[in-house]
Amino acid sequence: MAQSMTVDELLETFSFFDDWEDKYRFIIDLGKDLGGLPESDKIDDNLIRGCQSQVWLTHTSDADGLTFSMDSDAHIVRGLIAVVLVIVDGRQASEIKRLDIENVFEQLDLLAHLSVTRGNGLRAMVARIKEVAAQAPP
Amino acid sequence: MNIRDDFPILQRTSRSKPLVYLDNGATTQKPQKVIDTIDRYYRRHNANVHRAAHELAEEATALLEECRTKAQAFMNAAHRESVIFTRGTTEGINLVAQVIEGNIKAGQEIVISQLEHHSNIVPWQLLAQRTGAKIKAIDIDENGDLDLESASSLINENTALLAITHISNGLGAVNPVANLVEQAKQVGALTLVDGAQAVLHARIDVQAMDCDFYVFSGHKMFAPTGIGILYGRLELLNALPPWQGGGEMIDQVSIQASTYQPAPFRFEAGTPNIAGCAGLGAAIDYINGLPMDELIQKEEQLVNRALFGLKQIPGLRLIGEPNKRASVISFLLDNGHPNDVGTLLDQQGIAVRSGHHCNMPLMTRLGIPGTVRASFSLYNNEDDVDALLTGVEKAATFL
Repeated sequence: MAQSMTVDELLETFSFFDDWEDKYRFIIDLGKDLGGLPESDKIDDNLIRGCQSQVWLTHTSDADGLTFSMDSDAHIVRGLIAVVLVIVDGRQASEIKRLDIENVFEQLDLLAHLSVTRGNGLRAMVARIKEVAAQAPP
Repeated sequence: MNIRDDFPILQRTSRSKPLVYLDNGATTQKPQKVIDTIDRYYRRHNANVHRAAHELAEEATALLEECRTKAQAFMNAAHRESVIFTRGTTEGINLVAQVIEGNIKAGQEIVISQLEHHSNIVPWQLLAQRTGAKIKAIDIDENGDLDLESASSLINENTALLAITHISNGLGAVNPVANLVEQAKQVGALTLVDGAQAVLHARIDVQAMDCDFYVFSGHKMFAPTGIGILYGRLELLNALPPWQGGGEMIDQVSIQASTYQPAPFRFEAGTPNIAGCAGLGAAIDYINGLPMDELIQKEEQLVNRALFGLKQIPGLRLIGEPNKRASVISFLLDNGHPNDVGTLLDQQGIAVRSGHHCNMPLMTRLGIPGTVRASFSLYNNEDDVDALLTGVEKAATFL
């Protein structure tokens, strides 16, 4: 579901939610549909040190751009990962560097999840994605 | 008796719903009397203590020293000089870990338990690294209670220190601290009891416990953050070296050397948290005015009501079922990470804690990433319990 979605579609879907329940059910469903990572990739080298939930990230790079694969042990974080993937996946490194991921989260009214006060690793994950993009060959 | 009205924050909403505050193990809310006292301190009495010869300084000093006397009575200490002001439990433990270094020999053992908060683990690791001592942890049984056989075998003639929590912050287990302290005394070990979770949920009596050190934080007993108490046995305190150097703690100072004050001032360098002391004094006064036995009993009934209700929820697993429990309930939902449950409860205005609760070794021992922890205080009521149960049932439908 998430993989075929665009940011605009995501924003439109979220605009229909008028209570937290619909929104969080949707986010958790996004997480359940997330491909995730094989257990063999859930290793310390791929672990992003968040405070509490664990988040793992791997990526590949080809002519079409960067492709990220991520996973978490928490449903809501998996759903938020799916949102991040809609924003970043398949884009060129140069585009990702310019992306304002926080702005999209703000529009989705999910910005609290990216804040320093939430120790869910999401903020560190976004920082890692930016870092991967910055290190990618131009 | 209903004391909710004394706590103005309990009137607010959270996520547009009535606030259900069940994170008292992290910190308690503050009664109006404490808030007023801090406000009045800055409006009326603010000055530095123990120094200037003016009226304001006299008043500020009186507030601070009255707090020491109140704290002495609160924990039934024999001497008011045994009461040292700290920033909180963590600073108290670190202070002790610094000043007893000379009492610890390489190869000796520091005995803690699997239930300890990181603040009662890491300072001892640092001490062990400096001295060559080793750390041993008393194991727990399947209920989350301390394994007393494990304790008896670990506390032996090679034990330099026993540092143990009074009440577990992760599982709520009330430990038989007097018994453990007695065993440690028999082998000549020093003893420290971490009372962070115990204040308000048990009567604190350091003479009955007979420990060398007892530490707690004001903010978990209705006082402000940044003020705590270290109790130390007086003869021992006066035989220990200072911790931080500075003003207040000295007797005579020359360029080359200084002599030090006896306890408590030896361990209180610099300007203390005077407003915090005023607030802690007010909190102790407030507690002394409450029918504590009745309120603690009511809290136990609430905890039991919550336990009974939680057990009815399909897919819910209690983490730890200690024989004697105080204030804290830890649990997990099948298929749900504790943070998922915490977030879904937060959306319903219910404040709990989710995660490892600074109990990483305990969570590793239990093989879980963390728990959802509901922790009660004296102002919680049946509505809070019912909101928690309804909230958890709803959260379960999401996962």
